Amino acid sequence: MIKFQQVSKSYGKALILDNLSFEIKKGEFVVLIGPSGCGKTTTLRTINRLIEPDKGEVYIDGKNIKEQDPVALRRTIGYVIQQIGLFPNMTVEQNILVVPKLLKYPKEKCDEIVRELLNLVNMPYEENAHKYPSELSGGQQQRIGVLRALAASPPIVLMDEPFGALDPITRDALQEEVKRIQRKLKKTIVFVTHDMEEALRMADTIVFMNNGKIVQMASPEEMLRNPADDLIKSFMGRHISNGNGAEGLLAEDFMRTKVLKAHKTAHILACIDMMSRRDVNSMIVLNEDDTFAGTVSIEAIKEHGKAGSEIGDLISTEFITIGRKSPAREAFEKLLSSPYNYIVILNEKNTVAGLITRTGMAKAMGEALWGELPS
Amino acid sequence: MKFLDFIAANRALILECLWRHILLVVISVAVGIIIAIPLGVLLTRHKRAAGPVLGVVGVVQTIPGLVMLGFALLLFGIGLKPALIVLSIYSVLPILRNAYTGITDVEVSYVDAARGIGMTGGQILRKVELPLAMPSIISGIRISTVYIVSWATLAGLIGAGGLGDLIWTGLSTYNTNYILAGAVPSAILAFAFSGLIGLFQRVLTPRGLRRRGT
Repeated sequence: MIKFQQVSKSYGKALILDNLSFEIKKGEFVVLIGPSGCGKTTTLRTINRLIEPDKGEVYIDGKNIKEQDPVALRRTIGYVIQQIGLFPNMTVEQNILVVPKLLKYPKEKCDEIVRELLNLVNMPYEENAHKYPSELSGGQQQRIGVLRALAASPPIVLMDEPFGALDPITRDALQEEVKRIQRKLKKTIVFVTHDMEEALRMADTIVFMNNGKIVQMASPEEMLRNPADDLIKSFMGRHISNGNGAEGLLAEDFMRTKVLKAHKTAHILACIDMMSRRDVNSMIVLNEDDTFAGTVSIEAIKEHGKAGSEIGDLISTEFITIGRKSPAREAFEKLLSSPYNYIVILNEKNTVAGLITRTGMAKAMGEALWGELPS
Repeated sequence: MKFLDFIAANRALILECLWRHILLVVISVAVGIIIAIPLGVLLTRHKRAAGPVLGVVGVVQTIPGLVMLGFALLLFGIGLKPALIVLSIYSVLPILRNAYTGITDVEVSYVDAARGIGMTGGQILRKVELPLAMPSIISGIRISTVYIVSWATLAGLIGAGGLGDLIWTGLSTYNTNYILAGAVPSAILAFAFSGLIGLFQRVLTPRGLRRRGT
């Protein structure tokens, strides 16, 4: 449908597009993404000849766009921009009908188009057609911006960060709507964004660009699984399962080392005293050689404890352990699938290194997402 | 003689002068509009020329009206024609400046959107730029008109007639009634034109651009 063949463009000395070649299939939702200045918008604007490349050819349906009249070409390609660009001096209806009017559609057909399109985004004709853009919310304005691009049923629609200026909730809704409309009307959409979440959500194919070149062109799934380089990985951020450094984290990185411990021979009363002073309801019990023997809970003591007896008699075997050099992920998984509130972390010689509690795990997760949290 | 009696006695003369004055203003502002708007549009298409052109027109504007009329007298003789030429030149600048800034101030996103959806340059001008610049252009015309009402009183000096005739007659014969009979109507005329154009501006401002509630 759209084919770039060795397209280059520079402004002064800066090379914006560097020998770019790729192809977009009919009906495909292609998202161009990359750091600012990577050439994604330039690529987009090359398609409707708002920008003329210095070198190379662009074909649409096998026809070189250079040989077509730019104005006629643009009327067959929808165009949506971030600033929306609805004409403030025209009503919603007039805005939607700009291109059909330029193409001199008969009036009945225009009426039909407006009603049909407004229905598509659940903005009833009677309520909305005669409003001016200034009377609409940002989300509604951009819905009309999208409808304006669709009005003359162009097979291709170009969108340049169309939702960049909208609040997150409105953006979500519009992403869904546009995706639905695209599937329903089977449009080929070329969409520029710098938001990877948006790209992953909407794209059939993501084209990741940097320095005027394509770094990777792949489906969202493929890009998540095999990002071509570190820049893409960093763009994927939290969407990627490994690659954010989390795989290097060990159980010991999350453990608490201040742990209440007692030898088997300790007296029960002393243990109760320790636990109540530290306000915890279980403690670690050690063998004579300081290796891990088990745990004891305040409940067990209350139930079976006799004054004067030793703590070793009450040891419970209901606990889970893991080596301190095990991956943190494994520790978390074990803890999550167990009924216990903590997992005991052991040193190599079976001595106790510390433990990870459920709260500790939640805090670690929180900090990974939002940085340092108050404890 | 009391002023009101004077007016009653010379009604025909005053009305004739007033009519002549209106004619001077309307024709020269019309000529100004016809020159300034296309020129303003042209300058927005050739921005590099805009600075020098606006500069030159600005300098011309600073030449005192009396001097310009003197030149016009030398070049074109006496009567209506030299006065109209001079007044038209003066009316160009405010309109030109406002047309130019009005169009250049149209947000680029509108022009980008218009281009991107396939408008030709002429269509962008007619459907987007001029409507959006209209408030600014009309306020230029308003400024121009108010100026010209007062400049036109000088035109009496070179025999173009108008309310200036009465003022100059009054000055040379030391007759206050003549002076007032020229000055008061021209002040009223300035207000009237300004109000009329203000009304026009409201009608011509696209509804979507008007502030809600006005």
